[in-house]
Amino acid sequence: MSEAVLQLQDVETYYGQIHALRGIGFEVREGQVVALLGANGAGKSTSLRTISGLVPARRGKVTFAGQDITRMPAHRIAQLGLVHVPEGRRIFKGMTIEENLDLGGFCVLSADERRRRREAAYAMFPILAERRHRDSSLLSGGEQQMLAIARALMAKPRLLLLDEPSMGLAPILVQEIMRTIRRLNEAGTTVLLVEQNARAALRLAHYGCVMETGRIVLKGDAASLAANEALTKAYLGA
Amino acid sequence: MSTAIAARAARSPRGMVLSAVLILAALAIPLFANGYALEVLSEAWFYVLLCLGLNIVVGFAGLLDLGYAAFFAVGAYTAGLVTLKLGLSFWFSLPLAVIAASIAGVIIGGPTLRLRSDYLAIVTLGFGEMVRIAVRNLAVTGGASGLVGISRPYLFGYKLDTIGSYYYIFLALALLAVAASHRLENSRIGRAWKYVRSDEDAARAMGINHAAVKLSAYMLGAIFASIGGCFYAAKMTAIAPETFNFNQSLLILLGVVLGGRGKIPGVMLGAIVVVVAPEVFRDIGSMRMLVFALSLLLIMLLRPAGIWPERWRWG
Repeated sequence: MSEAVLQLQDVETYYGQIHALRGIGFEVREGQVVALLGANGAGKSTSLRTISGLVPARRGKVTFAGQDITRMPAHRIAQLGLVHVPEGRRIFKGMTIEENLDLGGFCVLSADERRRRREAAYAMFPILAERRHRDSSLLSGGEQQMLAIARALMAKPRLLLLDEPSMGLAPILVQEIMRTIRRLNEAGTTVLLVEQNARAALRLAHYGCVMETGRIVLKGDAASLAANEALTKAYLGA
Repeated sequence: MSTAIAARAARSPRGMVLSAVLILAALAIPLFANGYALEVLSEAWFYVLLCLGLNIVVGFAGLLDLGYAAFFAVGAYTAGLVTLKLGLSFWFSLPLAVIAASIAGVIIGGPTLRLRSDYLAIVTLGFGEMVRIAVRNLAVTGGASGLVGISRPYLFGYKLDTIGSYYYIFLALALLAVAASHRLENSRIGRAWKYVRSDEDAARAMGINHAAVKLSAYMLGAIFASIGGCFYAAKMTAIAPETFNFNQSLLILLGVVLGGRGKIPGVMLGAIVVVVAPEVFRDIGSMRMLVFALSLLLIMLLRPAGIWPERWRWG
């Protein structure tokens, strides 16, 4: 068994008075894809935001690659190789694709290295290469998601947090995004994936956690979760 | 970076020629202009410097600042205190003003890091008023009457005591501000400002230290105003707290927004308009400020992103 690259222990997060995470704990092992599932408002995005330091945890402990990152500022966490692709893609409209990618490589000081990584990203997403000097707001939803992932790859992440990459995409594009994530994972990137589209996520993931009102109510390997009848009824709509 | 700038300049030779012609024209103006025109134009160059400084904060980094005159005051009072109270040469006030402005920039930037839009506006407004009220009530800054009798500096043996000399001083400062703004905009920190301005969370999640990025914008913006303030004190030889009131902050912000925040030539144009337009309308007497206000309204209605906006989309 590979070692845990990310570990959460009894993590609690508040937004003001609202108790958004009520003590969650799980781990992500090196090389895995772990899916975080659940309905709207269950705390999936908050979990990712807490891990990447965008919101502070009130209690509990987050460990990344053996280092306690619970109180670390977001930019330091990113520099350690834990990169978060936030919900809604958040690409920089009005900037070209190339400028968007350069944000991902912001902490890479060498321009040559940035160029090499850009070329690697273009090789992975040829659609972006064709339009590298075009305004990113002209991309379709699926292409914007590709750009958001490519931007994160510029930082050579050890662990990639993906928040709802399939949101608002046509089924055929959802498949393409999922294939992309599998490719990344096979190339060695560990992925923590938040999805509403549980069926698609479980096809891809090794392991899954199901959240409900700020708690993890079910954990298990992806195959057993996909076979779980109660879960299938609640989240897969079948 | 300089290669990138050179490459872009080479791509637009027309821009280069136009800039050269404008600079030569600006250099030649004192040969035939009268004292009044020189006075107005010196002030215009001075506002180009101030507006470009505020543009770092408001334009590049996207942070609202309604108390920018405070940094101008920091520079002016540094020059006043250095020459009058310490008895040192005016030129010592420049490095001290840079240090004082950096500290003031951190004082305003630090507590406001988490604030956005309206809240940030209120706190910066409060900061501007605090500085003005402080210098008004401190004995060392001369209270309400301010500091009088600041000595004129010497440059290469020449005493800077004519309007012509200050015209060239402020023109040089404005050109330096343009060059510095260009370098900053295309630097690593300049890109970081734009990323943080567009989406702070996405920028943080990619490893950008948003606190350092915002503080550097406040500090650099403050340094522009404070250097301007030193020379303002030298030119006027007397400074008083009321020069640095809220209206002053607002006028500088007006130049930035009117011209097109984030766009260097736009901001220069805006600065010149806010200084020169009220003078152009001087003949119409008491209606002057009304006409000025109406023309500002018209510009903002017809060109909501400024006279010469940035390519960038806001929001």
